[in-house]
Formats: sequence, C-alpha cells, structure tokens
Amino acid sequence: MPPFNALVAAAIAYVAFLFAVAFAAERRAARAGRSAWLRSPLVYTLSLSIYCTAWTFYGAVGYAARSGLEYLTIYLGPTIVMTGWWLILRKLVRVGRSQRITSVADLISSRFGKSTPLGVLVTLLAVVGVTPYIALQLQSITLSFAVFAENAGGEAMDLGGVALWTAAGLALFTVLFGTRNLDANERHHGIVMAIAVEAVVKLGALMALGIFVVWGIGGGLGATLEAIDASPIAEWQQDHGRWIGLTFLSAAAFLTLPRMFQVLVVENADERHLATASWAFPAYLAAMSLFTVPIAVTGLAMLPEGSNPDMFVLTVPLAEQQYGLATLSFLGGFSSATSMVIVATIALSTMVSNHIALPLWLSLRRPGATVSGDVRALVLVARRLAIAGLLALGYLYYRLSGGGEALAAIGLISFAGVAQVLPVMIGGLFWRGATKVGAGAGLTAGFALWLWTLFLPGLGTDAAIPLSVMEQGPFGLGWLRPQALFGIEGIDPILHCTLWSMLFNTGLFILGSLLTFPQPVERLQGAQFVNVFEHAAGATTWRQSAAQAEDLLIMAQRIVGAAEAQAIFQGAAAAQGKAGYLPDVTPEFIQALERELSGSVGAATAHAMMGQMTEGVSVSVEDLMAVADEAAQIMEYSARLEAKSDELERTARALRDANAKLTSLSAQKDAFLGQISHELRTPMTSIRSFSEILREGGVGPEVQSRYAAIISEEAERLTRLLDDLLDLSVLENGQVVLNRAEAPLRRTIERALGAAGSRAEGLRILRRPGEEDIRVMTDHDRLAQVFINLIANAGKYCDSARPELRIEARRAGEAVLIDFIDNGTGIAPEHAGLIFEKFSRLSDHARAGGAGLGLAICREIMERLGGQIAYLPGQGGAAFRVTLPARPLGGA
Amino acid sequence: MARATAPVFLARVSYRRRRLADAARMVPVLGSILFVLPLLWPEGEAGTAAGLIYIFAVWALLIAIARLLAPWLGRSGAAAEELGEGRGEGRAEEGR
Repeated sequence: MPPFNALVAAAIAYVAFLFAVAFAAERRAARAGRSAWLRSPLVYTLSLSIYCTAWTFYGAVGYAARSGLEYLTIYLGPTIVMTGWWLILRKLVRVGRSQRITSVADLISSRFGKSTPLGVLVTLLAVVGVTPYIALQLQSITLSFAVFAENAGGEAMDLGGVALWTAAGLALFTVLFGTRNLDANERHHGIVMAIAVEAVVKLGALMALGIFVVWGIGGGLGATLEAIDASPIAEWQQDHGRWIGLTFLSAAAFLTLPRMFQVLVVENADERHLATASWAFPAYLAAMSLFTVPIAVTGLAMLPEGSNPDMFVLTVPLAEQQYGLATLSFLGGFSSATSMVIVATIALSTMVSNHIALPLWLSLRRPGATVSGDVRALVLVARRLAIAGLLALGYLYYRLSGGGEALAAIGLISFAGVAQVLPVMIGGLFWRGATKVGAGAGLTAGFALWLWTLFLPGLGTDAAIPLSVMEQGPFGLGWLRPQALFGIEGIDPILHCTLWSMLFNTGLFILGSLLTFPQPVERLQGAQFVNVFEHAAGATTWRQSAAQAEDLLIMAQRIVGAAEAQAIFQGAAAAQGKAGYLPDVTPEFIQALERELSGSVGAATAHAMMGQMTEGVSVSVEDLMAVADEAAQIMEYSARLEAKSDELERTARALRDANAKLTSLSAQKDAFLGQISHELRTPMTSIRSFSEILREGGVGPEVQSRYAAIISEEAERLTRLLDDLLDLSVLENGQVVLNRAEAPLRRTIERALGAAGSRAEGLRILRRPGEEDIRVMTDHDRLAQVFINLIANAGKYCDSARPELRIEARRAGEAVLIDFIDNGTGIAPEHAGLIFEKFSRLSDHARAGGAGLGLAICREIMERLGGQIAYLPGQGGAAFRVTLPARPLGGA
Repeated sequence: MARATAPVFLARVSYRRRRLADAARMVPVLGSILFVLPLLWPEGEAGTAAGLIYIFAVWALLIAIARLLAPWLGRSGAAAEELGEGRGEGRAEEGR
C-alpha cells in the first residue's frame, strides 16, 4: 500500500514535470521560431484529447457500469465530426485562421458584424455552461485522492483542501503559461505541449489498466467477452432517443466547447494537420474507450455491492494490490482533469477579457480621447483575473453543490448548454443570409430554454427552482413546467432540453434572419466567412485615414508588444516601398492592422479601438456609414476642385495662346506691310520709268507701243493685286455676304473649269461626273472661286510633261470632300505648312504671275463656308482637299 | 446576375480529386447511418459484447477510410481550393 504522502509527492512531481515540458516548449518556440516537432500533426492530434476529461476518464467506466454501451455516444459524435472534417471543420479552421479568431465568442461576434452584444452573450453562455464542468474536474481529483486515503485506512481528511490546492495550482500554471505573452496568434506552445504529454499519459494509463484487466484478471479476450455477456449489463437495450440525441450533442459540443475551439481552431498551426487528425483522433478516441466495458464488468464482478463505479479505474487495481498501476491511473485521471481545466480557463479568460472586460473599459473611457495606458498590460491583467476568477467560481460551485450525484450529471448538461451555439455557428459559416438579429434571437432563446429546462433544475431538487414550480409550473402555468414543456411529459430531461432548445434556437435564428436586413459590416463579414475558400479580398471598411501612423504604432505596441508591432509596421512600410517604420495610413493598412490586433483582443474590440484611433470615437456601423458618406462628400468636393483647377488651366492656356497669336499677328502685320509695299513698288517702278521714257519722247512708234503695253500690263497686275488684297481684307474681316443656295457640285466644278479657261490650258482634266452629283447648300460663287484658284494653280505649277488634274468628289458622313490632284512633283513637306500664308510663293516670281494671295484667299473662303482646305500629302503630286459641310452650320 | 462559368469538362486528375472531396463529405453520413443501425437490432437477441464488436468494427472502418482519404485531401492548400469548394453554395446568393 503506497503511503498517501507518496501519492501526493507523485502528483507534485508530475506537475513539476509538466511545468518543465511547458517551459522547454516555450523556450524552444521562442528560440527556433517554429520548431517542426513542436507543431507536428501528432501534437495537434494529441492536443485534441482534452475532449477526454476526467469525466470521461473515470466517468465512462461508471457510465458503462450503469447503462451499458450508451457511454460510447460521447465518442461517436466527435468521430463523425472528425472523419467529416472536409464538411465543417476545414471551413471553421480556415475562417479562424484568416480572420484571426480568438475564441468561439469571437467567431460569432466577428461573423455578425463584429457585434459586442453577441460576444457577451456567447461568453456568458460559455461561462455558465463550463464553470460547473470545471467544478466536476476538481471533484474528480478530490475523489481520486479520497479513494487512496480511504484505502490507506487513514482518518477522514480535509478533502476540500485538496480541491482548493488543486485549483490554486492550476490557476498558477495557467497564468504562467497561458498569459505569458499576448501573441498575435493567441497560440500557447507550452500549454499545447503539456497537454499533448498529458494525452499520452492518460491513454497509456487506461490502456495499461485495460490490458491488465483483460489479460491479467479476465484471462484473455474470449473469456472477457463471455464475462461481459454474463454481466448485469449484458442486455443490448438502448434508449433510441438518447442514443441519437447524445451522439448529436457530443458532436455539437465537440465543435462549440470553448476548449475544443481553442485547440481545434485557435492553436492550429497548419490546416494540413487537420487531415492527419481526421483519422488519428478517432483512433485515439477508440483506444480510450476500448477497455471501458471490460473494466466496468470486472469492477462490477470483483468489488463489493455499492462501491462507486465512477472510481473503478482506481479501485480495481488497488483491490488487486497493483499500486504502480493504480498510481498511473491516478496520474491519468489527474492529467485529464488538469489539461481540461487549463485549456478551458484559457479559452474562457480570452473570451471574458476580449468580450466583457475590454469593451467595458472602452465604454467607460471618455469618447474622443486617444487610447491611453498600456492596453497590453490591461488585457493580461484581465485574463489573469479571469483565470483566477473562473477557478474560484469552479471551486465555489464544487463546495456549494456538495460534490454529489448532481455534479456528475453536469457533463451532459454542459454539452447541451454550449451546443446552443451550433445553429448560429453553422448558419454563420454556410448561410450568407444569417443576420445579427437572428443570431441574437436564436442564442437568447436557446440559452433561456437551457437554463430553465436543464441547468437550473440540475442544480438539485429545490435548489434553484422550487419543487412546486417543477410540478405545477410557474404561476400555476402547467405548460411551462421545466421538464415538461407544453405538457409533454416523460421525455428524458437531456433530450427534452435538447429538443426544445434546438427547435426554438434554430427556428428563431432562421426567422429572425429572414425578417431582418443585415447591416453593411455584417454582410461584409458574412461574405468573407461563407466564401472563405474563394479568397474574398478584404473589403474596405476604413475609408478615411484620419489616424496618424505614429499614433497607430503607439497603440499597436501597447497591444501586441513593441517588437511585434514594429515588425508589422516595417513590413507594411516596405510593402509600400518606404523605408522606416511609418507606412502611409491607407485603408488597406488599417484593415490589416485591425486584423492583427483582433488576434490579440478579438474582432469587436480591435474594431472599436481602431475606431477610436481613426475617428476619435468608438465606431458603430452607423458611424461607419457616416464615415463612408463623409468620404464620398470629400471625394465629390475634391472632384469639384479638380474640375475648377482644370478650368483655370484651360483659361490660362487660352490666354497664353491668345497672347502668342497677338504677338505673331503683330509680326505678321509688319511683314505684310513690308511685303505689300514691295509688291506694289515693283510694278510702280516699271510703270514710272517707262512712262518717263515715253514723256521725254525720241523713241520710235514701235518701241512706244511696246512700252505702253508694258505699262498697261503692270497696271493690270497692280489692279489684280489690289483686288486680291481687298478681297482678302473683306474675307478676313468677316464682312462678306454669302449667297447660299442648294445646287449640285457638278455645276460648280464645270463653271470653275470654264472660268479657268486659258489658265488651265494644256491641262488634262480627269473627272467622274457621276460622282459629282452631290447637292450642296453653300455659296456656289465663292466655292467656284476656290476651284478656279486650284485649277489655275495646277495649270501654273504642274511640271509634268503631260500635266493632268484629277478632280474627285465624294461624301464622307456629314462632310463633302473634293480633291484636286495633279501629277506634278508636288510640294515638299517642309513647305506644305506655308502655302496658305499670304505672299508665299515657292517658285520664282515671274512664272507665278501673281502676288501669292490665291491660296490664302481660298483658305479664308473655305472658313467662311464652314469648311476647310488642306494640302493632301502622298498623292503622287500636288493635292488639295476641300472639305465642305453637307449642311451649313449656323449663319454668316 | 452573372455567374462565373465553371468548365463543363475537367481533366481526369481534377475530376478524381473532386470525387474524392465528395467521398470525404459522405464519410460522416456513412458513419451516422452505421452507428445508428444497431438501434434496429431486435431486442434480446444480441448482447453487449456483440454490440461492442460491431461498434468498434465500424469505428475501425471509418478510421481506415479517413486514413485513405487524408493524404489526398490534405496535400496542400492550393489543391484543396482547386477542388472547387464553395461553388454554388451561397455564392450566387448575393452577387457582388
């Protein structure tokens, strides 16, 4: 018989060992960054084993001794969920990772628009549901100590002291390793490693005991099976409703228990680990429950009537004098209890600090002030207090409930409680139409019904609900009796609660969602959750960047720590192509930062804190909309400003152009005057000199007549020049009167050819008169003047041996095009820009026989007619294109 | 509302992968049916020992199937996306 003190020593040594493991894992994780074996699929799978608490370690055997195989339902549910990981778990883990979810309350709050009330509701539900569960673990540890104490024949001990010391020790461990740092990912390497080790210990203990029972006592497999068939639980008699109902409950609780969510989703380092766990964890569960029935049967056969079947795991080896095995079993049970309590309190403290303490703190502060004080310290203190508080609560519950049968039933009661989150969780993951109002209604109804029908009656007869209410209903309303709602009696209490609460929960959730309209943030989050596999790009929720990068850095440092925050900021700055620690505060950056922070303090709180930084007040959805409106206004204003500055620019450019034109006009005027005096003086000089010779006389009549002809010719040239000048001046001043009439183009061309007469002599005209049948509304006299000029020009300048002029007319949309193309050498490109200027003559003066005003006049005429004339390069000769509007524009 | 048009025919490999994903979705259905089946056993004929053997046999079967599927499904995140999860479910509900 081992002395009781040796057992205590073993327990303490074991705890010290766990401390060392956790510490080593933390050190290793901190040093190597990410150690392969530390984060292997195996460790992940083992960490899931916190599903098996002391309730399953000790209680399963007791359960089997009482009701046969029904205990298996508790494992079948998780098996179905795990093997079906592709359906739900994969999405849950992906969402958890991409949204940096920290707890099940954070998941619900984040999905439904980062809602604080929903976070509070789920946190309350979890605390109420899980605290008795923690009490149950304390009770199992106390009971196991009691078994040894009794066996040692010692006097009655103060077992309450055991529970108290255990609670204190667990609080210390959890605070040490659970709130060591405020990791941006909320992962706890030390704790995960410790619970993985504990998983091995509890499986090993149960397997060792099982092997001992089957082969050591029972005499082999066949004999054991025979013993089972001969035992009081031989009958295969299952309550159908309970079998299905409990399988469903355990499956639901596997997804929604805060501690399971913590290890499944939050502590998950790699999604691929889920694939391994999908078969490895069911295998672990099968191994854990393999020997349950043989142990129960052996205990029932071996131990005296009335011994507690919940403690068979300890009493069977003790009765067989196997003290080593008994100690191992004790450590296995101890492991189950402690690992559950540690992870559960971490998960709950995260929820309490993120969804109750921080929002409370934020709302107590004056709005408008910047975040002050060390938030990081605040969060850590809140978590430590929450851990201590939860364990104190668990201890208190254990003391007050008296640790009897009532407590043993709390496992399933707790399952039914947390399962209320299931409809909202699944709906939130797969249904975009799920809304905050629906989720709130469903959760509230489920929570209330669970409290009324299961939790409060479960506290014990007459404890919370008076017996009269249980039997007659509140205020004599029989249909509201806690265990017989709507007058339907005789259903198993667990099933009764599950049925009604799930019905109303799901129903109200769906109804509320159908009837309400989600707010923008909800819809945004809904899309990101439901379509998580489509890489939904983070939609922009922050439109205005009033926050300064430096302020944000200060705040981030307070939450995630200096080094981490600086790394985030530096990374963001580098991504923007900037050196240093201060990136531009873009909406993308604010959103990314918010996500980082939500990994530490939860989505709703992170959102509110960012809101305080960026806007100076905590942000509600309405505020967000206001921000969006404001941003839209600013955008509109800036667009207006831009338009205005564009207009100013245009005006300035027009002024500059006008100035340049004026300057060039002034220069042109000077040049024109110079040119015109030159053009006038040349014929004047010859007229004067020849007329002087004639006046002096002494020349023969033949010479006299020749000189007179020269004078007349020069005078004619002068007249023509002056006519042209006058014409040009009239055209330029816009004083010309146009006589518009509608006539076919052919007539005008024929008229021009006729008038050109001698000037087009020797020129072969190529026309397609059929194409010239275009009726044009214009001043045909003026148009003919242009044509005459062009035909005469061709006649004058075409230097081909057989000069030709092609005249082509056609319609092009709203315009009429008339091309005059000769087969000469054409005009060099560098001169093409000059030919329409006044007095521009490219060839020698004598041959031209004009003042070089022809094309200038043509241009003016075409402008008056609303068309234009241009030189057409690349036609194999000189080519001019006259463009006319088919219908005239406006008057004049 | 314009829906992204999925290809009508897939390469053999992608086709196999999608069917594997379908199989993975069916595993929990199979498990639920097999685990509930013993409820239909006539009372009094089979004992607890038989029930125990049956349940653990089903359990082993499910573990074996999951073990077979896991390497294919968990190969890489990219492969998982390729499997086209999320098509049809909820995407067209509120077109973006």
